[in-house]
Amino acid sequence: MFYREAGQFKSSYKEDQAVFPILQDRIGIGIILLIAFVGIPLFGGEYFISAIMTPFLILALAAIGLNILTGYAGQISLGTGGFMAVGAFAAYKFATFTITVGGFEGTMPLVLTILLSGLVAALVGIMFGIPSLRIKGFYLAVATLAAQFFLEWLFVKVGWFTNYSPSGVITAPPLVVLGYEFNTAAEKYIFTLVFVAVLALAAKNLVRSHIGRGWMAIRDMDIAAEIIGFKPLQTKLSAFAVSSFFCGVAGALWAFVHLGTVEPEAFGINRSFAILFMVIIGGMGSILGSFIGAGFIMLLPIFLNNVPPMVGWDIGVDMVAHLEFMVFGVLIIFFLIVEPHGLARLWTIGKEKLRTWPFPY
Amino acid sequence: MADFLFFVEVLFSGLLTGALYSLVALGFVLIFKASGVFNFAQGAMMLFAALSLVGVQEALGVHWSIAFLITVAIMVALAWCVEKFVLGKLVNQEPIILFMATIGVTFFLDGFGQTVWGSDIKVLDIGLPNDIFDVGGIFIDQLELVAGLTAAALVALLAIFFNKTKIGRALRAVADDHQAAMSVGISLRFIWIVVWTVAGLVGLVAGIMWGSKLGVQFSLSLIALKALPVLMLGGFTSIPGAIVGGLIIGAGEKMAEIYLGPIVGGAIENWFAYMLAMLFLLFRPQGLFGEKIIERV
Repeated sequence: MFYREAGQFKSSYKEDQAVFPILQDRIGIGIILLIAFVGIPLFGGEYFISAIMTPFLILALAAIGLNILTGYAGQISLGTGGFMAVGAFAAYKFATFTITVGGFEGTMPLVLTILLSGLVAALVGIMFGIPSLRIKGFYLAVATLAAQFFLEWLFVKVGWFTNYSPSGVITAPPLVVLGYEFNTAAEKYIFTLVFVAVLALAAKNLVRSHIGRGWMAIRDMDIAAEIIGFKPLQTKLSAFAVSSFFCGVAGALWAFVHLGTVEPEAFGINRSFAILFMVIIGGMGSILGSFIGAGFIMLLPIFLNNVPPMVGWDIGVDMVAHLEFMVFGVLIIFFLIVEPHGLARLWTIGKEKLRTWPFPY
Repeated sequence: MADFLFFVEVLFSGLLTGALYSLVALGFVLIFKASGVFNFAQGAMMLFAALSLVGVQEALGVHWSIAFLITVAIMVALAWCVEKFVLGKLVNQEPIILFMATIGVTFFLDGFGQTVWGSDIKVLDIGLPNDIFDVGGIFIDQLELVAGLTAAALVALLAIFFNKTKIGRALRAVADDHQAAMSVGISLRFIWIVVWTVAGLVGLVAGIMWGSKLGVQFSLSLIALKALPVLMLGGFTSIPGAIVGGLIIGAGEKMAEIYLGPIVGGAIENWFAYMLAMLFLLFRPQGLFGEKIIERV
């Protein structure tokens, strides 16, 4: 029907290698971007933008980060929250660092701050990725928990990271880029969106490149990958670095844009698990899946909080929390059994069906 | 002299706490050994077992031994459900998928246990001694001593079970090779249920110990996170490894907290065990007693 690629001939390698080789996909992504950049800021409510869309985008970014490591490179990590915390606190240190040059006093530009904090997170990620050369699978998953707990502890205990704030809570500076201050919910949302859109595109291209193929080769069978010439050292560490970069930027955005203030507990082990679930439910090894998964995990608690009272089923707050746990657990098991490739896979199947419609195959 | 006594006391208390960690780690090892599944839900099973024990005791007002029997039945039912609804459907999937499924089980059990039995802190009292011995100036917590002895007894029991009984031999056969075991007539389903039941019972014992020490509450399931470095250190497939690993982690952690903690700001117990285990793994990737993995292409 309308989703059919018949007649779209690719006559150059460039067209064949495009991110979205099909015209309908390009139109679709254009519409999505139009809605995201114009529609939502114009017509979305304050609550919708600041409490749903902005955190959704940031968590999706973190999910992309974890997806690169776990979904593409096959290294299970339970330390995502720790790397996000590194990003947040590094950004804070950079932002409060003033340079005085001959009477002129200034702070680092905001965009640079956030990118640099991503780099710091990448370095920390490499450090904690080093054991992955020796240990694999479950041993590694447990080792990444070391990163989680150590980093969390570090930011609570070492006053230097919070500029010796007595409460251990940091307050983000105002968001100023080139003299323009981002104040309203819509402006902050746009600020986040630009970061997420650019980084998501970068991730998409990265996983299609030589580096990304190396990650997947290591994931599928590390020894075979080594034999065909991928160096395990560089491949694994680059996955850790890129993944941590994404998580670090997500952490910085979470602290600076979403909350405006942050304490280390915001990046606890539960955050790591939540992001792991986004990756599983959304689809391992899929950039699109990271977004779908983040949306799903974000919306589910809201759904559980609002729907039972609506249908006249009054349950307590703690009951909702327990229910949330149970539903998450069941969903994870359900997805693993029914669709191990996650929600993103459903979209792929849908596309295949549309292509041949009205014929079954 | 007082310093030395204090040192011995810290060491001893660390070792006994380590024995408690070993109890939790044992459950992990059992399941990993017999089915290759890394069971993240062990902590949740421990919490669930302890919650059920207290819950049954309160709800029915019976003696704890009857509540214990009912809880055993509940754990058997749980093992059956896990096999029926989760693992049975995921046969032949990659280990990482099975691992994530057990994370799902963890969440479900955490929510389910609290839904059924409530989330307030409960007191678990089955008459375990809770005083402190004074042995020549060294204080020893009686409960920890009991826990240490229980761990030892449990290991002896499991060793007999694994080595001397028919089911135990079947378990080891399954662990070695699923298909070969099935072809000589061992039922994989039955073995899995047995393994998860045994792990559930070990969880129950661990839950009783920890519950008596700390009270039954949600944070109990976090103790499972302490058992993970124990496993890494000892090796995922080794029962003696779980014990030795537990003792090393327990003692090391206490020592570090007392002697190293004040220098770096305290509360290092949370991550010290992980760092210790991780550094150790850099030199011996399969843990102390783990099976050496030989890989071929």
